[in-house]
Amino acid sequence: MSLTARDVAEITKLLEDSSFDELDLEIDGLKIHLVRSGGARHGVSGLASQSPAPTPEVIAAANPETPCLAPVRAPLLGTFYRAPKPGAPPFVEVGATVAPDTVIGIIEVMKLMNAVRAGVTGVVHEMRARDGALVEYGEILLFIDGRDGR
Amino acid sequence: MIRRVLIANRGEIAARIARTCARLGIETVLAASEADRDSLPARLATRAVCIGPAHAAASYLKPELLVQAALSTGCDAVHPGYGFLSERAAFARLCEQHGLIFIGPTPAQLEATGDKLRAREQAEKSDVPVVPGGPAASRADAHALARRIGFPILIKAVGGGGGRGMRLVEHWADFDSALELAAAEAGAAFSDARVYLERFVARARHVEVQILGDGTGRVMQLGERDCSVQRRYQKLIEETPAPGLSDAFRTRIHEAALRLAASLAYRGAGTVEFLVDAQRSEFYFLEVNARIQVEHPVTEEVSGIDIVAAQLAIAAGEGMAPLAPRATGCAIECRVNAEDPSRDFAPSPGLVGEASWARGEGIRVDTHIESGARVPPFYDSLLGKIVAHGPDRATTLARLRAAVNSTRITGVTTNLGLHAAVLADPEFAAGGVDTGYLARFLERARMPARHAEVSGHG
Repeated sequence: MSLTARDVAEITKLLEDSSFDELDLEIDGLKIHLVRSGGARHGVSGLASQSPAPTPEVIAAANPETPCLAPVRAPLLGTFYRAPKPGAPPFVEVGATVAPDTVIGIIEVMKLMNAVRAGVTGVVHEMRARDGALVEYGEILLFIDGRDGR
Repeated sequence: MIRRVLIANRGEIAARIARTCARLGIETVLAASEADRDSLPARLATRAVCIGPAHAAASYLKPELLVQAALSTGCDAVHPGYGFLSERAAFARLCEQHGLIFIGPTPAQLEATGDKLRAREQAEKSDVPVVPGGPAASRADAHALARRIGFPILIKAVGGGGGRGMRLVEHWADFDSALELAAAEAGAAFSDARVYLERFVARARHVEVQILGDGTGRVMQLGERDCSVQRRYQKLIEETPAPGLSDAFRTRIHEAALRLAASLAYRGAGTVEFLVDAQRSEFYFLEVNARIQVEHPVTEEVSGIDIVAAQLAIAAGEGMAPLAPRATGCAIECRVNAEDPSRDFAPSPGLVGEASWARGEGIRVDTHIESGARVPPFYDSLLGKIVAHGPDRATTLARLRAAVNSTRITGVTTNLGLHAAVLADPEFAAGGVDTGYLARFLERARMPARHAEVSGHG
């Protein structure tokens, strides 16, 4: 099952014309999650250390040739670290293969370290958040390409 | 010197704080939940950071998130606003431990005023009259005390306040079960099952005194406010000065508030609440609200003091020296809520269509609601406050009536219609109503709400 760009446009229009802020669609295992800008954002609540891996969120779904990118969002505000400690190799680099429970970074809040997990199977496509930067709740940390993972 | 303030709040008070900071050249960082990231305060602030999901328990009520946000964005101070963490001693302490100025009282003062029994004892020590009552540590104590003070009795939670954690008992027959229930409720709501008893004063007025202290024992008062128009302890209309009090009585109540504030070496802005029995010219201490209050604008209009600016100056260690309060006429405020008076004041969240607030001579509106704004269902329903100021009460009332009638909010149901009706009521216009007035008025009027789809006048 694959969707054409026109399918995606039509699905997007469905949401735009509705009174809803979010739309979840699942067709033959392909999940699409659309959020109207300014609307409630999909994500996990609570501390990452206790929360299950986040539900996958697909930003663009199309043919097998184009990436099928799922953002991993910050489950809470804090300082983002790509590595377990200064000087250590990062948890993941672009090109790394991840499973839903793979740790992709940590977010520190008042000396408390919270592991952030990929939440999806795939390959790290792009790093967004800088090491040591403040990340806000819901901010995109990195993108995972799920083409090979589903 | 404070250069950058984290605003640990939302809604109209966040907008209010951001505006004064901007006027003073102080940068602001708004700590916003996901539901508020596109709000007016987020745009008024120098910067906004999203601290967590919409539910306050995972955002506005998380001390460590707010302190982390303040530290990560280079703030040197935190303004807690009202509600949320504003009176949490643990939050004030966490700020201080991390080198952040908490714009408010010291943690010890928050503990002293937050424990309503300790605050009561402090009032007694300061020669401030309290309602007959006291602690009810055991059932035997409670019985002895109840016999002494007589019914009706209010059972209050030591950790409560602001109308929360209270239970009215009219007869002996209900006393034991009410005592048990009150303790259980207090334990669940405030993690503190202690309760105390006070005689219920019927037909009382709610009068409170705005105080400022520099933390070294110097205190000043900015006059009183009458907040008697309330429903289930939720204030609806507030005014200053309190109508119909003699100058001598007014001075007595101001001085009582000052004695209590001085005894605490109070730091920052606060309010000392009293019950006033106008017939007997008596007043009784209720509680201290150790924060800025929703109704502070009426005091600002009449005194000419920007209370947020005063809070900032005190927090920065600049003291109160430049403050020279006046007493110019009268100010009255209406709290405009997204609620439906015809459906037992059910909250009415949603998307605001048009929000057209009043303008005019002597009119001030504190709000975060513009056309197209969202009213999230997660927080209180306050949309804004319409404040009128004038040389006398009659002029002020006329200005406020016109302002309420010319305010138009569509998309959500509001209590503007109720405000218009109360302001037009001869009993309110005469001044000096008691705290039971609004319930009687509602009974009498069976007010229709101003529904979203009805574009009625007010």
